[in-house]
Amino acid sequence: MAAPRRLDLAGLRRLDPLGTMLVLAGLVAARLPFVIDKANRIVPGDPRPLFEVVPWTAACGCALALLVAGVAALAVRAPGARLAVAVLALAALAFALGAAGDALTPAGNRVVRIAPGAAFWVLAALLGVLAADALARLAPGPAARVLALLLTVLSTGIALASGHFDHVSVMREYAVNADRFTHEAWRHVALAFGSLGAAMVVALPVGLVCHRMPRLRAAVIAALNVVQTVPAIALFGILMAPLGALAAALPAAAHLGVAGIGAAPALLALFLYALLPIVANTVAGLAGVSPAAVEAARGMGMTRGQILAGVEFVLALPVILSGVRIALVQNLGLVTVAALIGAGGFGTFVFQGIGQAAIDLVLLGAIPTVALAFGCAVLLDASIEAMQRGRA
Amino acid sequence: MISIEGLSKRYGDLTVVDDVSFEVESRTIAVVVGTSGSGKSTLLRMINRLVEPSAGRVLIDGQDVAAEPPHLLRRRIGYAIQGHGLFPHRTVAQNIATVPRLLGWPEQRIGARVAELLELLQLDPGAFAGKYPHQLSGGQQQRVGVARALAGDPKVLLMDEPFGALDPIIRAKAQDELLAIQRRLGITVVLVTHDMDEAFKLGARVAVMSQGRLLQFDRPATLLTRPEDPFVARMTGISDRALKLLSLTSARDAAVADDGPGLGDAPQVAATASLREVLSELVWRGATRATVVDERGQACGSLAIADILAHGRAR
Repeated sequence: MAAPRRLDLAGLRRLDPLGTMLVLAGLVAARLPFVIDKANRIVPGDPRPLFEVVPWTAACGCALALLVAGVAALAVRAPGARLAVAVLALAALAFALGAAGDALTPAGNRVVRIAPGAAFWVLAALLGVLAADALARLAPGPAARVLALLLTVLSTGIALASGHFDHVSVMREYAVNADRFTHEAWRHVALAFGSLGAAMVVALPVGLVCHRMPRLRAAVIAALNVVQTVPAIALFGILMAPLGALAAALPAAAHLGVAGIGAAPALLALFLYALLPIVANTVAGLAGVSPAAVEAARGMGMTRGQILAGVEFVLALPVILSGVRIALVQNLGLVTVAALIGAGGFGTFVFQGIGQAAIDLVLLGAIPTVALAFGCAVLLDASIEAMQRGRA
Repeated sequence: MISIEGLSKRYGDLTVVDDVSFEVESRTIAVVVGTSGSGKSTLLRMINRLVEPSAGRVLIDGQDVAAEPPHLLRRRIGYAIQGHGLFPHRTVAQNIATVPRLLGWPEQRIGARVAELLELLQLDPGAFAGKYPHQLSGGQQQRVGVARALAGDPKVLLMDEPFGALDPIIRAKAQDELLAIQRRLGITVVLVTHDMDEAFKLGARVAVMSQGRLLQFDRPATLLTRPEDPFVARMTGISDRALKLLSLTSARDAAVADDGPGLGDAPQVAATASLREVLSELVWRGATRATVVDERGQACGSLAIADILAHGRAR
């Protein structure tokens, strides 16, 4: 009797620990509603399980994909295989969601909202963890990561353009707001990158001066740290009064778009927030440059400008870019809040959705914001790593 | 010739280099030796104006170094430092090409020069040109540092503790290589070190510095036999000064021509060995006489233990 029990234990021990947790969580999540069927965007709606809402073939296909992913999570070690089943299961899950939208929406009805339910969100998140873990184990190089990002963006774009998801609540909100969405997307990007660009123009020289003058360094970093501790909403509020006064006093400034609300205070606040990471990383990057390399460069007759551009700046660049990455990801998130003072961006949908208790509208603002920040982080991380290759 | 005339460097009340004067003959190696804080590095750095002197001047072949912009001056003077200072983001070839590029050499000439220097430093161009500094051993990095310092074809090479980061065996090899390269290229070298043995091995003349002042500038043998200052005697080491003196003379230079056979069983020593090594060999073998053999294995004289002992005394 003892022998088989010992065997069982040995078998259990071979199971992947992360996979075990994911599968247990997935089993619980599968009992939750797959979609919420709402008569309109505001009412609470009826929870519906997967097998009630899609044709049984689609439901079985989705369940099978999830089952395969679960088995792989438990017992398969090869990270490539784990990544493949996770991606396939995610695709199947998404396909089922689209199918549920089609099945539950009466023809021609534009009011009904078929929203993803708890089971969808939790299962998608668990599969995301499985895929992320497999990717981390694969440890792909920078080029492979950028390629994976491009493929993800491309396939998501094709899937959304195909019309399969047109009856899912978030896409219904998109259809209603399509013109504004494009406008706010550009505005979001312009605010985040514009403030980042301005911050880089100021922060790189400031960081250089701080590196050369240690006394100034402490004061500048301390001041920027104080700015960083001011909550975003408070900073927008604080900037309203002086910018409003400036616009009132100088018609030329008002003509250029300076005002107490709108893009001006948003750009200024985001610019201020972006300074600290870039200045701090510029200082740290320059401090990390080998003093022997700089000494040798001087001794060989390189001019100050040649040393700065050809040795110091190049060697500090990966650290400086990590600062730019932090500032960019931070800005992309903070722009959302700037919608409160009328600056526009994806935050417009978020706050409108909160005001109308329309969670699908909130998601229409939130999902692209997260995707944008994530994509930018992947791109910058990959370029930093590519830069560091060879020199180590 | 490098003439250092009344050179001083003061930082506020602190005098780092105090009225130092000496001359380095062309095509020789001069070594500046001293404890840390003796001002030896500052002195070296005033030659290529990495430090501007408070008083005095430096002439290279009669021309005041202050007469031309510092960065142009430095491109004519080789400079190698401890820990090599190679650029980590550039390949070996790119590192060596630094000064030729600053000088605006045509690409073809730069490529040829890089290959020539790698071969001079016994690094296979095919294997090393494309490597990054972190892929090299410490000894290889140091050699690339020397190759880079020599790339612009300088007449003068300044070296600041160039072998300080190397382990003893590789350091001895690097010192031999420097001697060979200096002889082959006929360059003038000023080298700074805190290691008296290194100074004696490399320097035609050695400058001993302490607290910013030059105590004595002489041939190694003179420093041992006639130290002008108690500090010089302490630096050169009293307890083994006889042995140090022996190590300055080669067996070839001390050998006495043989007349006739009869030395068949005497131990053989290489002509390039120092008298110190010959003495050690004789003590080890319990012999009183050695046969000196040249590179081709031909006997070129003999050395009696008494002759060797005579070389170890101040005359």
